[in-house]
Amino acid sequence: MGFPVFDENAHLFGQGYLTTVVLSAGALALSLVIGTVVASARVWGGPIVQSFSRAYVEFFRNTPLLVQLLFIAVLLAPRNLNVTREPIVAALIGLSIYTGAYVTEVVRSGILSVDPRQIEAARSLGLSQVEALRFVVLPQAVRTVIPPLGNLSIALVKNTAIASGIAATELLKVAGIIESRTGLFTPYIAVLVAYWTLTLPLAWVVSRLERRLAFAR
Amino acid sequence: MIEVRDLHKRFGGLEALRGVTMHIERGEVVVVIGPSGSGKSTLLRCVNRLETPDGGEVIVDGRSVNDRHTDVNALRKDIGVVFQSFNLFPHLTVLRNLTLAPMRVRKLDRATAEERARKLLVKVGIPEKAEARPTQLSGGQQQRVAIARALCMEPKIMLFDEPTSALDPEMIKEVLDVMKALAKDGMTMMVVSHEMGFAREVADRVIFMDQGEIVEQARPERFFQHPEQERTKRFLQTILHH
Ligand SMILES: Nc1ncnc2c1ncn2[C@@H]1O[C@H](COP(=O)(O)OP(=O)(O)O)[C@@H](O)[C@H]1O
Ligand SMILES: [Mg+2]
Repeated sequence: MGFPVFDENAHLFGQGYLTTVVLSAGALALSLVIGTVVASARVWGGPIVQSFSRAYVEFFRNTPLLVQLLFIAVLLAPRNLNVTREPIVAALIGLSIYTGAYVTEVVRSGILSVDPRQIEAARSLGLSQVEALRFVVLPQAVRTVIPPLGNLSIALVKNTAIASGIAATELLKVAGIIESRTGLFTPYIAVLVAYWTLTLPLAWVVSRLERRLAFAR
Repeated sequence: MIEVRDLHKRFGGLEALRGVTMHIERGEVVVVIGPSGSGKSTLLRCVNRLETPDGGEVIVDGRSVNDRHTDVNALRKDIGVVFQSFNLFPHLTVLRNLTLAPMRVRKLDRATAEERARKLLVKVGIPEKAEARPTQLSGGQQQRVAIARALCMEPKIMLFDEPTSALDPEMIKEVLDVMKALAKDGMTMMVVSHEMGFAREVADRVIFMDQGEIVEQARPERFFQHPEQERTKRFLQTILHH
């Protein structure tokens, strides 16, 4: 090939793109698990569990994400191991915990939006508490939760850029590397377009789901 | 079938039930009346453990409701409940509302559950609404679906908590007709209701509650024509003359 520099940069860019995708998808999955568990604890747990889940939400929503990431990176930094992969792990954990706090609030309001008499009706038919949640409460909560969760996942994709602050080689970090090598401004344009290729389909999927799940109340 | 002994229930400082003792025989239809806040719903809800009493005992079909060893889900399979506010599942079609519990709890296969559900929809007079959503139905239709949903579990007992109180007057009859048919089929029923016509026509016994106590109970003719207690007389006057 005639442009070894271009090839190398394109390869690097591709890796950064992949890292951003994996980081977004991984953190979304983890934050959904965290959010569902903590929200359930908040709604159905005892008073101590409730105050813990509340403290978690208030702490991580009200401190800067970059500081949280730095903190986790420092905590995880192994003193004498190969550190090349560590920033991505720290970023994954940090983004999951941070986004999980927002997911908690969304899931909690979704659960609370379901009339408690729905649970009574389900339990009266002999369904267990878990069955009542699974077949009656959650399907109804999902409908209220889909649009805000969609917006959270779009915000999450954009927040992965902050992981460049702890040297995770995602899109933005990679663009910086290429820029410093080539002196070109174009990597940043490519980065914006790349984020857009992720968030635009997400926004489309969310609006589709919203319409499919809609039902008259 | 239902045996309630010296039942007590308080909500904070408020005594909702103050030593209620009563029983309902198999096949009997008992109508419970009384002023708002007298503890009728609380009593009914104690029968299937939606409320846990602070004292006393409830025995349903030989099983002690609040015993630690009693499987509450198994108990509730046999007790159908119809609420004032219908409480249908809005995310499911009428048919799925009926088949959910039989399939999950009674472990019926889909075909059997649907066959049973469609028969019940015929019985309550709305077979054509099987695929509709609850929100597309009138109040009277929703309550009939709620009755069919409870019956789909083939319960031994049906509890009704003011099933017609949320309905427009023109829809009350269609729901009462379904309940009358059920009573004539021999279902054991406990009905909290102020529908005096219903009580006169199908009740075997009327129970009058006031301030967390049973004040008086009698066969309907006796109850309405010759009430013994002053409180009963006063209450009957307020509901019969307005
Ligand atoms: N979950 C509850 N929490 C607090 N108070 C309650 C609750 N349920 C019922 N009560 C009170 O207990 C009393 C009896 O209520 P209820 O059984 O609903 O009466 P009724 O059905 O006869 O109108 C009322 O004073 C009511 O306010
Ligand atoms: Mg009541």
